[in-house]
Amino acid sequence: MHSICSQATAVPRSNFAFDSHAPALPTSKPINLRFCGLRKEAFGFSGLTHSCSSRVRFTSRGHSKRISASAENNGTPPKSFDYDLIIIGAGVGGHGAALHAVEKGLKTAIIEGDVVGGTCVNRGCVPSKALLAVSGKMRELQSEHHMKALGLQVSAAGYDRQGVADHANNLASKIRSNLTNSMKALGVDILTGFGTVVGPQKVKYGKVGFPDNIVTAKDIIIATGSVPFVPKGIEVDGKTVITSDHALKLESVPDWIAIVGSGYIGLEFSDVYTALGSEVTFIEALDQLMPGFDPEIGKLAQRVLINPRKIDYHTGVFATKITPAKDGKPVTIELIDAKTKEPKDTLEVDAALIATGRAPFTNGLGLENINVETQRGFVPVDERMRVIDANGNLVPHLYCIGDANGKMMLAHAASAQGISVVEQVTGRDHVLNHLSIPAACFTHPEISMVGLTEPQAREKAEKEGFEVSVAKTSFKANTKALAENEGEGIAKLIYRPDNGEILGVHIFGLHAADLIHEASNAIALGTRIQDIKFAVHAHPTLSEVLDELFKSAKVKATALSHVPVSEPVAV
Amino acid sequence: MASPFLSNCTISFSSSLKYSTLPRLFPSVSFSSIRFKSTPRRILTVRSKIREIFMPALSSTMTEGKIVSWVKSEGDLLSKGESVVVVESDKADMDVETFYDGILAAIVVGEGETAPVGAAIGILAETEDEIAEAKAKAASKSGASTRSAPPPAPAADSTPAPPKSTPAYAAPTVTEGPRKTVATPYAKKLAKQHKVDIESLVGTGPYGRITPEDIEAAAGILPSKTNVGPVVVAEVKPAAPTKATSDSSAPSSIPPPVPGSTVVPFTTMQAAVSKNMVESISVPTFRVGYPVTTDALDALYEKVKPKGVTMTALLAKAAAMALVQHPVVNSSCKDGKSFSYNSNINIAIAVAINGGLITPVLQDADKLDLYLLSQKWKELVEKARAKQLQPQEYNSGTFTLSNLGMFGVDRFDAILPPGQGAIMAVGASKPTVVADADGFFSVKNKMLVNVTADHRIIYGADLAAFLQTFSKIVENPESLTL
Repeated sequence: MHSICSQATAVPRSNFAFDSHAPALPTSKPINLRFCGLRKEAFGFSGLTHSCSSRVRFTSRGHSKRISASAENNGTPPKSFDYDLIIIGAGVGGHGAALHAVEKGLKTAIIEGDVVGGTCVNRGCVPSKALLAVSGKMRELQSEHHMKALGLQVSAAGYDRQGVADHANNLASKIRSNLTNSMKALGVDILTGFGTVVGPQKVKYGKVGFPDNIVTAKDIIIATGSVPFVPKGIEVDGKTVITSDHALKLESVPDWIAIVGSGYIGLEFSDVYTALGSEVTFIEALDQLMPGFDPEIGKLAQRVLINPRKIDYHTGVFATKITPAKDGKPVTIELIDAKTKEPKDTLEVDAALIATGRAPFTNGLGLENINVETQRGFVPVDERMRVIDANGNLVPHLYCIGDANGKMMLAHAASAQGISVVEQVTGRDHVLNHLSIPAACFTHPEISMVGLTEPQAREKAEKEGFEVSVAKTSFKANTKALAENEGEGIAKLIYRPDNGEILGVHIFGLHAADLIHEASNAIALGTRIQDIKFAVHAHPTLSEVLDELFKSAKVKATALSHVPVSEPVAV
Repeated sequence: MASPFLSNCTISFSSSLKYSTLPRLFPSVSFSSIRFKSTPRRILTVRSKIREIFMPALSSTMTEGKIVSWVKSEGDLLSKGESVVVVESDKADMDVETFYDGILAAIVVGEGETAPVGAAIGILAETEDEIAEAKAKAASKSGASTRSAPPPAPAADSTPAPPKSTPAYAAPTVTEGPRKTVATPYAKKLAKQHKVDIESLVGTGPYGRITPEDIEAAAGILPSKTNVGPVVVAEVKPAAPTKATSDSSAPSSIPPPVPGSTVVPFTTMQAAVSKNMVESISVPTFRVGYPVTTDALDALYEKVKPKGVTMTALLAKAAAMALVQHPVVNSSCKDGKSFSYNSNINIAIAVAINGGLITPVLQDADKLDLYLLSQKWKELVEKARAKQLQPQEYNSGTFTLSNLGMFGVDRFDAILPPGQGAIMAVGASKPTVVADADGFFSVKNKMLVNVTADHRIIYGADLAAFLQTFSKIVENPESLTL
């Protein structure tokens, strides 16, 4: 089972720990994902003044009752701490937690052994968005038909590879410095070196060749993230067999590249490479491309993003051995049948991109010092991100967020988890609803989703005995989409007709990633369809796709509407 | 206008209704009986088992539909109720399912093609035995079909034996033992589309792989665009197989590219020039040359030069003044049946501009005085350099002047731009020994002008008379300054 997962993913998606009434969903749809929406780099400078005044309050703040010092094995925890909160890892998750901690008046430090910004900013979502911006523009310019329909004439579009690569790199450095500055400005201490947990509430950090420093903190958050996962048998040379880390530098644009894994990372890169003139072959271990997407959305996406492009695919196969190009031979990929394990085919291509998901980066964290065993590298946590030790007990004052816990490997999920932890350590219980966290894939057009897929919803409905309905709207009916001549796409709403609860929303179409938030906010706030359908959308905008979606849902008349909170005000 | 009221365009249906609302492909049983009547020689049992799959009407306004994709491929087993094909109507994409079990024997209308409602888009055979017959039927269908997209079948028929067309210069790398055929993803797609047998080809790509170009060569299609280095022109849908199939001999007339050559696509300006030049071939033109003595003009030029007057402006003014007296040379032939006399005399002047050619126009050159004209010209040239010319500043010319005299060219021949009646090519003015009527020799500056004109409207005598007038004006240029 693990090897099956490892082809497509390292992460089963649905072991969300949410609301305890809801039975955990079966770990059915694996997903290989890593993408992000970066939180705003700073909350503004109001946070700065706030933190100054509130730091005084710290001493008066009582310890939470939930926390009971229980450290038999490594001495007693220190009586006074260097910091209120130490975060190991300055990626998007750590950054989000740090900013919120400062806002809450905590004295905060963040330990980073590499560069601030983590995977997302340096080797993930941020530079890939730069490449995708280029690919989107190339696509538009190359689509003669599209241009003609708009009455535009463009002569042959071309690109300069180094220029494109520089754009991605510049964007990453810019966002990185924004992130660093925002933390410095708020008074977060950035400690350089690799952090290791040495005992309860105690962390050491240091660079190789320098003496280690020991710091103590009342609470510790592990936010060490993940690295590209490379299945065994695959030899990565960084030139012809590459991971997303290399691909984002865009050191070459091969004529023909095989992409192992057709999740988000693979899909986004196929968009980039085909726009830049490459041909692409997908290798997917599962029986269909784009596992993890709602099947209907996946089908449509395949029709738009795969079939008309210079892409072919092999599904239901593992790449057991990938050898980089050398001695005048191309990259060779040996495929076996995913089920029978029979050798199936050998591919010869110019390059191979390994997009089989991401593995948690938790080695050397010193978790053994506090009796925590990782599961396939992931740090086990409960629904409040509290770390669970080998005996199934909670480790006090220790939390793990983001890719390292594997709950939902998305940058913004990490950040949300970090904020949830800060809420808890400052005395307010908080459980993050992972079903309200949106996800997006930045192909052209984009794909976005929040909540359950249709099969997941139907399974849940069967178990809990409620009815599920589906509503759909097309971008073809949207004025703004037609004005842009981008009518391809649908939005799909999965809901309960009895009470109007939104179970999931999936969008495939122009700017889908920006459109999903109306739905994700509705889920997060518990807004029902019968209420949100009265919200007004500016015309003509793409957001009307969702407006129509909500309006087309058939919620039973017996479903309760929210009583208006306040009297209508005449203006 | 508010889009919320466009609700009739919205597809929204509850999924519980989904299957029942899906359009069915096979409208009625009567179909087979009709087929039977029309082909009485056939045996009923065989005939009735081959069914056509029709383009369904997905909405009341739909007249034709585009095949978005075939969910099933030829040879796939179908069972009743399964989705077979996705059809795009004027409003939405919909899955279309089958009413019958059977085998999808042939796809008549391929992906991306359109067919009118009711036309056969595929053939369904009940058993494997009938596949061949169904295929034959499909071939006849596609041959007779009137849809705009070309039938794929003839493409295969008219394809010349593919292997021999593969160029030999790209030597495949060393092959050990029996090698399997390697084709790139796009090559496979093209092969399927154009029904090219990949196995029969020898690849010319790296490691002997079959490239999209190999398939295009085998299918007898002109490569629609060429990729040059990083300049990428990807995603070209094989645009017009119609053309390719109808004149499959065309590709052979294109010489193979010289190895090592670089192909640089035209800029927009260059593309426009190219288009105009090709169009000009359809006009019957002829040329008349005339020597003009320029001593007086040169003397005048020396005088007015400090005032910002250029030789170009002088010549334009002279031509304009001559045109006033010969309106036919300022006319044009738009439809091949009549003269179009232009009320204005707008002199277009050809200017080379980094890598391109543009003709800024001095409008009403006969009416403006020389100094205004010179000033106007200066502005136009600056605008042209900055690529800020407005369309009417470069396409409103009624007569064109092209001057290569400054490069020492003594005579040349200009191509008539479409939409104009005549163009004047001006060579360099140079000292020439001339004998006058009394036998006295003297040295005069002479310049050769050569006018190309549309002989449908402008005849030799017209041009001769015009040139005579022009020559007189140049030889007595005082009138230019008036």
